[in-house]
Amino acid sequence: MKFIDEFRQGNVARHFVKTIRELVDGREMTFMEVCGTHTMAIARHGIRELLPEQLILISGPGCPVCVTSNQTLDRAIALSRRSDVIVATFGDMMKVPGSSSSLDLEHARGADIRVVASTLEALSIAAHEREKKVVFIGIGFETTVPTVAASLIEARNRSVLNYFVLSAHKVMPPAMELLSRGDVRIDGYLCPGHVSAIIGSRPYEPLVQKYGIGCVIGGFEPLDILQSIQMLVEQINHDDPKVEIQYSRVVKKEGNPKAQEIIDKVFEVCDSHWRGLGEVKESGLKIRESFSEWDAEIQIPIEVEPTHEPEGCLCGQVLQGRVSPSDCRHFGTTCTPGDPVGPCMVSSEGTCAAFFKYHHIIK
Amino acid sequence: MNEIRLAHGGGGRYSHQLIEEVFLPVLKNDYLDSRDDSALIDVPSTRLAFTTDSFVVEPLFFPGGDIGRLAVCGTVNDLAMLGAKPAYLSIGFIIEEGFLIDDLKRIVQSVKEAADEAGVLIVTGDTKVVQRGNVDGLFINTSGVGILRENVTLSGAGAQAGDHVVVSGPLGCHGMAVMTSREDLGFRTKIQSDVTPLNGLVDAMLGVTNHIHVMRDATRGGLATILNEIAGQSHVGIEIVEENVPLTEEVKGACELLGFDPLYVANEGVLVACISPGVVKDVVKAMKRISCGRNSAVIGSVLSENKNRVVMRTQIGSHRILDMLSGEQLPRIC
Repeated sequence: MKFIDEFRQGNVARHFVKTIRELVDGREMTFMEVCGTHTMAIARHGIRELLPEQLILISGPGCPVCVTSNQTLDRAIALSRRSDVIVATFGDMMKVPGSSSSLDLEHARGADIRVVASTLEALSIAAHEREKKVVFIGIGFETTVPTVAASLIEARNRSVLNYFVLSAHKVMPPAMELLSRGDVRIDGYLCPGHVSAIIGSRPYEPLVQKYGIGCVIGGFEPLDILQSIQMLVEQINHDDPKVEIQYSRVVKKEGNPKAQEIIDKVFEVCDSHWRGLGEVKESGLKIRESFSEWDAEIQIPIEVEPTHEPEGCLCGQVLQGRVSPSDCRHFGTTCTPGDPVGPCMVSSEGTCAAFFKYHHIIK
Repeated sequence: MNEIRLAHGGGGRYSHQLIEEVFLPVLKNDYLDSRDDSALIDVPSTRLAFTTDSFVVEPLFFPGGDIGRLAVCGTVNDLAMLGAKPAYLSIGFIIEEGFLIDDLKRIVQSVKEAADEAGVLIVTGDTKVVQRGNVDGLFINTSGVGILRENVTLSGAGAQAGDHVVVSGPLGCHGMAVMTSREDLGFRTKIQSDVTPLNGLVDAMLGVTNHIHVMRDATRGGLATILNEIAGQSHVGIEIVEENVPLTEEVKGACELLGFDPLYVANEGVLVACISPGVVKDVVKAMKRISCGRNSAVIGSVLSENKNRVVMRTQIGSHRILDMLSGEQLPRIC
């Protein structure tokens, strides 16, 4: 199939693998990917199995559902319990356990929660059901933010005043900066392809300048990932850390100015709480005052239960690349995709889900 | 009258009218004509296969089929997979008040056509009507009886090391046809459901040899889930080769776009078989002569090592565990 099979060719993959093995030459290297789609692709295509054992790939906080704090989830759950509210959300959020419930459970108990495929679908529900308040749970990184911003601009243009967004959006570079300062060894970043399609390559420059960590923005097919890894190894061999774009068929240096403009019109940077990382300065996006009429946090004040984290769950440490999912005592026993304890097992992009699905038997 | 009313399920005049005007003219046969509480059937053998299945697919009409065709094929295929010759079916309708009688007629017509195609008789049936909102349009249950062949033992526990794993056609068509026909998706595809009775294909296969150890139709959970069931029941390992798994370009593309894995998407007209290496060539040749088996392919083999596991050798030369589907990938697909 066009644009898929070309990036999965066995002979080309073997060539990359051979070159990587030669270039690594027995030295230890650790690369981190910070995108859930990379996490899944690496697991699904068995990339780790092909790499020399000294080259370790670890997963960072790249799954938007996973890094969403319990507090945000609890707020969404509290909103769903109101009879005048319809909660609209991407499907991944449904099963994530909050402090004492989940949207899935609330739905079974009768809450009006709709799984939508786009923000405009949520807006259209609001336009049709004017007597209800429709709250879209806005999670995700720079990739999804423009579509949420567009829905708010559209809501203003069409005067849909019963549409609201609960914004828990996050931006990636500040979290990477925090990780770069930490004690987890990171010799290179496989940077997120879709996030970078929006923000471009410049936001990663400080990571190179301040911490000397190389960055390659990679695509999601097996050959993309293998080539990106080869580029990171070459940077190390030449002692020349820099920001490079492997995924050049999609990502431009300047990103997508139009999307950046829409984001900037609706959102402003704020501090944000990440599961696993805690409060990270200037890593979140909140709705600007000029759009406060559509801000669920301001317009629908609600009491939220005290936050409670599941006992013994290592999601926080998994998200920092500190431990592997199989180090968690819940993993695969009390925590499975069907009956998850923590968010990393729920999300289709979660590190624990990826390990459970593809890795827990073979290396 | 255009819509189903509660009275249509009440057992009185309206119920009779529905049976006389909608069901009997289409499904007519001696068994139904008797109008007794049960059908009386003569059985030429002492071993029977008996199965039941309920159908709640949404939408009721989808590209390549509808709930009526699905309800017949689903039960026929479950019987055929055990090597039984499907013979008699029951059918129960649970209908929502207000349902269009014209739609019901279309569905009954599909039931008839699928039953004829499979060579089975609908010998007994039931209709209930429930208040608006208590069921989504129409649900159907079918049960079926099949006559077992002599000297054929098919079971999920029968796979043997050395067997070849064969699939009868491209995967994921039913699930993706239903999924992409749902209105809220915002794009359309040309994908058609593969829903079809497989008993003709099974006849052709068993006409070649008795050395077929396992046959399963790869319905909910898709190929990956069925292979896991076979590996578990038979205490064997299974390895399949990604490049050999038949997929259509449309299904591949839609799956990529929506983030689905075609190996986990439901089929309603694809069977998986584990076949002795000595006869597999002839069986596949026979399968290819039948319309629904024309894209049959050997996709892998049964191993004595890696017990209870299914592994796929990927295009790039790595190995990937194919686990069971956990949770539901697509709701209300059949």
